[in-house]
Amino acid sequence: MRWSGLILAAALLAAAPFVISPYNLSLLGRFLALAILGLGIAIVWGYAGILSLGQGVFFGLGGYALAMHLKLVADGFPDFMVWNGVESLPWWWTPFSNPGFALAMVVVAPTAVAVFLGVLFFRRRVTGVYIALITQALALAFATLLISQQGSTGGFNGLTNFNTFLGMKLSAPHIRLALYGVTAAFLVSGFLAMRWMTGTHFGKMLVAIRDGENRVRFLGYDPSLYKTAAFGISALLAGVSGALFTLHLGVISPAMVGVLPSIEMVIGVAIGGREALGGAVFGTVFMNILKDRVSSAFPNAWLYVVGAMFVLVVIALPRGFAGLAETAAASRLRALGRLRGKSAPLARKAVAVEVAEGAVTVERGD
Amino acid sequence: MGAEALLQLDHVTVSFNGFKALNELSYTIVGGGLKVLIGPNGSGKSTLLDAVIGRVRPVEGRVVYQGRDITAMPEHKIAQLGIRRKFQAPGVLNGLTVEENVAVAVRQSKGIWRNLRTGLPNKEKAKVEEVLRLVELTDKRLIRASHLGHGEKQWLEMGMVMGCEPDLLLLDEPTSGMTPSETTFTAKLVRQLAETTTVLVIDHDMSFVEELGAPVSVLHQGRLLREGAMETIRNDPEVVSVYLGRAVTKTDAHA
Repeated sequence: MRWSGLILAAALLAAAPFVISPYNLSLLGRFLALAILGLGIAIVWGYAGILSLGQGVFFGLGGYALAMHLKLVADGFPDFMVWNGVESLPWWWTPFSNPGFALAMVVVAPTAVAVFLGVLFFRRRVTGVYIALITQALALAFATLLISQQGSTGGFNGLTNFNTFLGMKLSAPHIRLALYGVTAAFLVSGFLAMRWMTGTHFGKMLVAIRDGENRVRFLGYDPSLYKTAAFGISALLAGVSGALFTLHLGVISPAMVGVLPSIEMVIGVAIGGREALGGAVFGTVFMNILKDRVSSAFPNAWLYVVGAMFVLVVIALPRGFAGLAETAAASRLRALGRLRGKSAPLARKAVAVEVAEGAVTVERGD
Repeated sequence: MGAEALLQLDHVTVSFNGFKALNELSYTIVGGGLKVLIGPNGSGKSTLLDAVIGRVRPVEGRVVYQGRDITAMPEHKIAQLGIRRKFQAPGVLNGLTVEENVAVAVRQSKGIWRNLRTGLPNKEKAKVEEVLRLVELTDKRLIRASHLGHGEKQWLEMGMVMGCEPDLLLLDEPTSGMTPSETTFTAKLVRQLAETTTVLVIDHDMSFVEELGAPVSVLHQGRLLREGAMETIRNDPEVVSVYLGRAVTKTDAHA
């Protein structure tokens, strides 16, 4: 059942370049990059129950790590530093002239920061709404820091005006096509990796900790370890997402990493269904397509639309579109079960899905 | 004598904003078999279990398990030493299926790397089956735990803590919310468990405690009041006055 959905999605992604215009393909590529971040939110929030409103920080770390390299390649000495009267390259910029280092930092920097923060938070047993508040404050602090350090970060404008990566011209049509393909490949492999992970005992433990941290602790597990790992994985995905996004858009700026985009990313996942990886991907892409359409038709309406959607989803679809899809699948299975005279495995599966779908209203706690 | 004890609480005081839930309590479990702890509400029974598993920390005194001081040890480390506790309110993991709940409990490796695998080793798989059979939830293995009835959740959690093959099993009111026949079955199960491991039961239900037929300790205002066989305890005037008294007079009035 699930595999057919995945194959269909992969076929659609592969067909897109032949069907839609290059402009729309570039938009789609950007949204697919964001969907990688959405996968991470599904893991950390949907599975592990940690609501992080600061994913923009990790997205930004990945994006800036790559953009710094691109900027050094484009300018030698970055143009904005000249304008800001900075005379020599800050020491921490220097290693980014090496593409290998920059690519490594895309993954290492966000993951290391998340693991460090995770150890701080989760060892001290900071939970729930406090995590949401702290991570949101972090997103704000990160954006503010980038803006205030204009001489070394490009300030409000961020890093832009770069055009080549590893000798490839980013604006060339075939490179844009390849970039789309690479992004789609990253998304699909990220999806498969997360799908595998959530099926492992580690993945079950994330859900177990979400639903009964104390129970799990007194069974001999250290929940802080697992939560830190989940937070780190989500940051890793966010970093990759940020780097790909930067390649697509040709710019990374504080406006893309602060509080608003961080919350928007979470809303996208909520719409799609945070407890389902496919839902997270679909929700992110859906929301961003909608955002693109709404903002070009009614430039000021987007915030209201996204707010209204969020309220609707919270009230009517606590498990997002994925919840809807599962309900539909369950009733189809039930019908099939009746049709075939209740063949045992099918009926059992129907019961399991039915039961899973009923879990919407069930209270959480230990 | 101290070194041989399985569990030893040594002058343990637990204080909640000045209220001493445990007051210089000393209590020893030598190991093997079944022990019962009774006492009126607020006498510190649950706090005693909390102090053992590290959920609350004593302000004074020591908790020693198998000769090791566990007074300040992290909770999961204490659990890894082989102590399991069943909470009074059923503490099952609602988002997982019945089978997965048991698997979480039974799994021996608690770290991350070794758990990046699907399925359990055969030995643990067999243990899961055994536990599911024991608590009669084999048919409901694929159902989410949130959908079990209250009694079934109690059973599931019992199965989870039993499945760990602990050296010391702490059962906090295992029969709460159970029918008389379920209670009888639980008593049988607990006696059976006590043949292979040390079990400490806390309960209010006198008929259940009598069915267990184990040595009883009475806790009162955070102190140990008496220890002995149920019949002796029943007839102890001091115990009767603080605890059984009310129940006895009620029965006498009816008789």
